[in-house]
Amino acid sequence: MGATGIGAAIPRKEDHRFITGKGRYVDDINRPGQAYAYFLRSPHAHAKINRIDTSAAQNAPGVVEVYTGDDIAADKVGGLICGWLIHSKDGSPMNAGPHPALAQGKVRYVGDHVAVVIADTLAQARDAAEKIEVDYEVLPAVIDLANAQSGAQIHDVAPNNVVYDWHLGDKAATDKAFASAKHVTKLQLVNNRLVPNPMEPRAAVGEYEEGTDSLVLYTTSQNPHVARLVLSAFIGLAPEHKFRVIAPDVGGGFGSKIFIYAEETICVWAARKIRRPVKWNCDRTEAFLCDAHGRDHVTHAELATDAEGKITGLRVSTKANLGAYLSTFASSVPTYLYVPLLSGQYNIPAIYGEVMALYTNTAPVDAYRGAGRPEATFVIERIVEMAARELNMDPAEFRRKNFVTQFPHQTPVIMCYDTGDYDASLKKAQEIHDIAGFASRKAKSESQGKLRGLGYSAYIEACGIAPSAAVGSLGAGVGLWESAEVRVNPIGTVEILTGSHSHGQGHETTFAQLVSDRLGIPIDNVSIVHGDTDKVQMGMGTYGSRSGAVGMSAIFKALDKIEVKAKKVAAHVLEASEGDIEFKDGKFAVKGTDKNADWGTIALQAYIAHKFNGQELEPGLKESAFWDPTNFTFPAGVHICELEVDPATGSTTIEKWTAVDDFGNLINPMIVEGQVHGGIAQGVGQALLEGAIYNEDGQLITASFMDYCMPRAHDVPSYQVGMTTTPCPSNPLGIKGCGEAGAIASPPAVINALTNALGHENLQMPATPERVWKAAQGARLRMAAE
Amino acid sequence: MYAFTHHLASSVDDAVKTLGANGDAKFLAGGQTLLPTMKQRLAAPPHLIDLGKVKELRGIEVQGDKLVIKAMTRHYDVATSDAVKSFQPGLAELAGLIGDPAVRHRGTIGGSIANNDPAADYPAACLALGATIVTNKRRLEAEKFFTGLFSTALEDNEIVTSVEFPKADKFKYMKFRNPASRYAMVGVAVAKKGGEVRVAVTGAGSDGVFRWTAAEEKLTQNFDKRALEGLSIDPGTLNGDIHGSREYRAHLIGVMAKRAVAAA
Repeated sequence: MGATGIGAAIPRKEDHRFITGKGRYVDDINRPGQAYAYFLRSPHAHAKINRIDTSAAQNAPGVVEVYTGDDIAADKVGGLICGWLIHSKDGSPMNAGPHPALAQGKVRYVGDHVAVVIADTLAQARDAAEKIEVDYEVLPAVIDLANAQSGAQIHDVAPNNVVYDWHLGDKAATDKAFASAKHVTKLQLVNNRLVPNPMEPRAAVGEYEEGTDSLVLYTTSQNPHVARLVLSAFIGLAPEHKFRVIAPDVGGGFGSKIFIYAEETICVWAARKIRRPVKWNCDRTEAFLCDAHGRDHVTHAELATDAEGKITGLRVSTKANLGAYLSTFASSVPTYLYVPLLSGQYNIPAIYGEVMALYTNTAPVDAYRGAGRPEATFVIERIVEMAARELNMDPAEFRRKNFVTQFPHQTPVIMCYDTGDYDASLKKAQEIHDIAGFASRKAKSESQGKLRGLGYSAYIEACGIAPSAAVGSLGAGVGLWESAEVRVNPIGTVEILTGSHSHGQGHETTFAQLVSDRLGIPIDNVSIVHGDTDKVQMGMGTYGSRSGAVGMSAIFKALDKIEVKAKKVAAHVLEASEGDIEFKDGKFAVKGTDKNADWGTIALQAYIAHKFNGQELEPGLKESAFWDPTNFTFPAGVHICELEVDPATGSTTIEKWTAVDDFGNLINPMIVEGQVHGGIAQGVGQALLEGAIYNEDGQLITASFMDYCMPRAHDVPSYQVGMTTTPCPSNPLGIKGCGEAGAIASPPAVINALTNALGHENLQMPATPERVWKAAQGARLRMAAE
Repeated sequence: MYAFTHHLASSVDDAVKTLGANGDAKFLAGGQTLLPTMKQRLAAPPHLIDLGKVKELRGIEVQGDKLVIKAMTRHYDVATSDAVKSFQPGLAELAGLIGDPAVRHRGTIGGSIANNDPAADYPAACLALGATIVTNKRRLEAEKFFTGLFSTALEDNEIVTSVEFPKADKFKYMKFRNPASRYAMVGVAVAKKGGEVRVAVTGAGSDGVFRWTAAEEKLTQNFDKRALEGLSIDPGTLNGDIHGSREYRAHLIGVMAKRAVAAA
């Protein structure tokens, strides 16, 4: 490892730009003649639109155009799509209702897009929108999962509001395991709905270039190529070669910026119609209402164990709320990103999971940091903890007894775990945490009138999503590889073009570290180019913790080709045979001699092409590669949460947090640790603070930070982070992915610790002070009696 | 935000005169409630009379046995004032618990009490300490000033100029924050002056800040948190929302009151 190579915990190259305010975000982009879009949104959760009168708005000052669903229908603009086809138990394809970018005849959630006003200024657009008259016929709203099947029908294609009724696993074998179980643990849980809230809200600038009849869209996207593909091939705005999508600096996404939404679609469509650039910038309230939300499951789970405390079966039944429309990847989240992870770190011979996905009159629900895996981990890590308690076994020992120890391990639910050492993570986490000292810490808390609890979460996730053929067989509409191009300039500096997209992950640093390591050149001589479909040929983008395992592997593969080519050039320059050229630490040397040439010399020689025959060896030094892995990667680890509860108020304070993760090989341990910190903070948010709440009319009560509680610095402790390492065998770098692990691992650790402190299991997320206070009533009486 | 006309007042008289000339105008103090409301288009005053440059409305002074805080004094200035800290340290502490640093550098005591948000902190201090609200027209006891949710005894053409706090032997404010907004979900201020004890509650009352007289009676007999054991408050008089039911708030009032007494 060099000072800036693989494994070096160096500060991020991009940070200077960001912390000095020199980033360039979509809202920093302003085009000549730009007009502003403002969306009129539905105030009703469910209503028929009888009539829209835009005439007064049309004539308001500064207004360029007002468009409604009729206009996009007339232009044959395609609807927004869901790119993952799920089939129900009976083999029928999912019931996907139409999703027009502007409502046609009906609105289906508060915030649904009714009309767009485009004006010279945003204030004028907003003023004019108030002049639009809409005649709504309000319909009963369907909000609760419990009543969704009996509520008013939201989409004509979906009777009883069922999107699909899907399952996975061997039901008969699982039922048999339960029939012969010694003990069955039962768990009823809610996985609360979350609002992603990236720091930068979404934004778009659409532009039409009349001279070339082409479109440009600047957008806050985690995957600009996928956005172009969908907007081009499915929504039909322009063919791909006439369509450029640019996602510049993007301030966080957490999944919510994967999806192709109505607003950017309208901006770029309208730009052509009015022959002016059109800008839209989401305000925070709009983000609450319309960004795809996350989670929202109601689950019943059962775990069967035998007389020795071995798990013999797991049965899970989930209702998943997908909101009013199917967002881009919504259907995959509660199915293939969920049930295949239910085996956790455990050897479970029989698993059966069924998921009923339902429409409701709420914002669409899609992938949010972890996407399906946090939901699965919450189920398995809560029920395993409960089973241990019911069996009077130490929760760590119960887990240890059931850990998978042989690899590869084929679970009964698709996944084949390639490698891992779960006991190593558990052991290390227990050591770091000082488990032995818990009893005295608890006694001390109790002497001060406080309850103290400790909870484990031994999570596994599947990321680095994934082999294209595998996801294709499960219903994905796209392949999930990644591309890279390595351009070596004549003086030896390097540009890496990647299909991954950085929106907080630090790719400009980690990707450059890989190149610095491979080529032996300073990290400052490497730049990372991403987020522009005119520069990077194709890519699948960043989500599912895939940019390291998949994106960097593509760079690695392209660098292999660069090295082969550069060695050929070096052989000519050094007048030696190609087989005798060795490349190490940025130097080409002839084996067994002192003849050598440095990287810059060979790069220059590749371009001036004086030393070799251009017919036999092409001039230049530029290579590209696509990487399609052989498997998902399986990061795993153990988190331990220790917390204190004030039973008088229900306030919870996290006192200690240990995270030991196995992410395989690390490129930049500091960035990895930062990802763990951020992930845990989001998981703590879900466990204790966050929850999107709609009232029975479908109004979002938590539509601002006044009511939606985001975690703050004081809500999280100073983490103790450790690592164990089993290199991943399915990519050349041996790396697994770390972006979501913290958010996946942490919620059950918190709730296991809280229920441990309270002495009973009856507590749902978010465990707000009031809920904890109520749950603590019994515990308080016990303490008083002692 | 809709367009409005901005008037920069040079004095209290000037501000009142400008208001007289524009009946639908609003005073702008620190703007920590009014401006966000206007940005959301929930308020649309056509005229704003900015008090930010009125020198006579700023400052903190100890005048004999009372502390005078002028209306446009920022929370940060109260929180860090040596005069306040030595006169009534609990009041400086309360000011330091309002909002976040940005809010404390903009928000003012006059703005806070004139708005009378049911979750605001200062009204509890004013009631517990028996403050006098001074306006350009008259002097009002705090109890007569706060008349209900977001409402006060202020008349047209009346403006708060200062708040006068008498000295108490003991004063403590205990706040249980709303986890999301960080406003008081329940805030209890306890003051003891000679034999008199006052307990004021903010954040919870369905009609805004109020005095918990039952607790005052108990504490007047015995200023000890144990005196409040078994005392409860009727949840029917309180607010409930997604963050805390009436019952929870009623319970928290007891807990916060005991803690305030213990720490006073």
